[in-house]
Amino acid sequence: MTTVSMTVNGKQVSADIAPNTLLVQFIRENLRLTGTHVGCDTSQCGACTVHVDGDSVKACTMLAVQAEGADVTTIEGLAQNGELHPMQAAFKENHGLQCGFCTPGMIMSAVDLVKRNPNPSEETIRTELEGNICRCTGYHNIVKSVKAAAENMGG
Amino acid sequence: MYSFDYERPSGINEAVSAIGEDDKFLAGGQTLLPTLKLRLAQADKLVDLGGIAELKGISVNDSEVTIGAMTRHVDVADSADVKSAIPALSFLASHIGDAQVRNRGTIGGSISNNDPAADYPAALLGLGATVHTNKRSISADDFFVDLFETALEEDELVTKVTFPIPEKAGYAKFPNPASRYALTGVFVAKTANGVRVAVTGAGTCVFRQTDMEAALSSNFAADAISGIKTESSGLSADIHASAEYRANLISVMAARAVKAAS
Ligand SMILES: Cc1cc2nc3c(=O)[nH]c(=O)nc-3n(C[C@H](O)[C@H](O)[C@H](O)COP(=O)(O)OP(=O)(O)OC[C@H]3O[C@@H](n4cnc5c(N)ncnc54)[C@H](O)[C@@H]3O)c2cc1C
Ligand code: FES
Ligand code: FES
Repeated sequence: MTTVSMTVNGKQVSADIAPNTLLVQFIRENLRLTGTHVGCDTSQCGACTVHVDGDSVKACTMLAVQAEGADVTTIEGLAQNGELHPMQAAFKENHGLQCGFCTPGMIMSAVDLVKRNPNPSEETIRTELEGNICRCTGYHNIVKSVKAAAENMGG
Repeated sequence: MYSFDYERPSGINEAVSAIGEDDKFLAGGQTLLPTLKLRLAQADKLVDLGGIAELKGISVNDSEVTIGAMTRHVDVADSADVKSAIPALSFLASHIGDAQVRNRGTIGGSISNNDPAADYPAALLGLGATVHTNKRSISADDFFVDLFETALEEDELVTKVTFPIPEKAGYAKFPNPASRYALTGVFVAKTANGVRVAVTGAGTCVFRQTDMEAALSSNFAADAISGIKTESSGLSADIHASAEYRANLISVMAARAVKAAS
């Protein structure tokens, strides 16, 4: 066992864990933040995407101990004072989800992509979301949602 | 995953002395962690290189670009210095995997792993780069040995890679639509020591296409290689593409890489 400490959604957390604990296990099982999903075991689907020090990463492909001292944001950390984040609101508005399983990862990736590309073209949105797989929507409304959110976020 | 111990040293010497026979260095984890998760690999201990500041960073002078082993793909893709010195190198880095993979994966991890379909090996071989380790310097021609095999010894650590700045260079890959790895990728470079053409994804290990090198040396233009075919025997064949298809992709990607060269 080893002790790990980090900030998750603005709160300092710390726990004794086995070194082979994945960041996503730590988030879901130790912190009980189950908005971050696990959709595959091959690091391909992106359902587990969270931000570590501001960058989108697959939480299933990082050890919790590698996030020692880091600032982590999960889907639960986006809404502020009961107000949805503009990206969440845009997904709701534009029907950017069906079953919703991929949605937390999509939204976390999309927030990072708009940070890096404040006024993204449809092509940029599609290539930047290559690490997120959706089995339901056909992506069209996801792209529309991200575009709308980027505009609302003042891109 | 099987259980393992974990250590996070802050210097190169500590990292090397921490590594034992059944231990592994952990860089970005984008290859190692998926293989550990699927129990395709096992380690007694992971020695995390993430805390070693001197392994990170990019520096550029008149003749060379130097990239630390722990520099992430996203940092190479976004670097203004790399973009102006060797645009093909930042282009290549920006097309590895997906955004999340580029935010964690490193150049040192990619070349040490030597996946037959990885992108960076093509850039190292195409540019005639040098791999620096805690023990020695190894030319790219000698570094990539075979399928997932490099010249590295068990306890040898890649510290950085130096790329001589070419007159021009270009990279084109046909990505596997599922994984984004190169089904076939070709890196071409016109350098002070001649033209180099490196092919990844098509065989068991990155290799040089010397017929194309000869043709491009007299005329660095896509037309110069339009008649040059690659023998398909010995190339990889799998559910994604036959050896003949990959042989043809080498010609198509080489022409695109020459046209894109800048
Ligand atoms: C979904 C997905 C898509 C991908 N697509 C592509 C792609 O299109 N093209 C591509 O090229 N790659 C692709 N990759 C692989 C990615 O680029 C990895 O980042 C890279 O192969 C390994 O780098 P890493 O830093 O993650 O290394 P790790 O996974 O941490 O390590 C890999 C191996 O190298 C060893 N190692 C690491 N650093 C050193 C060092 N400094 N010295 C000695 N040994 C070391 C480790 O012990 C381990 O055996 C993809 C990965 C994923 C998960
Ligand atoms: S759970 Fe599929 S990429 Fe992490
Ligand atoms: S909405 Fe069902 S997987 Fe994307």
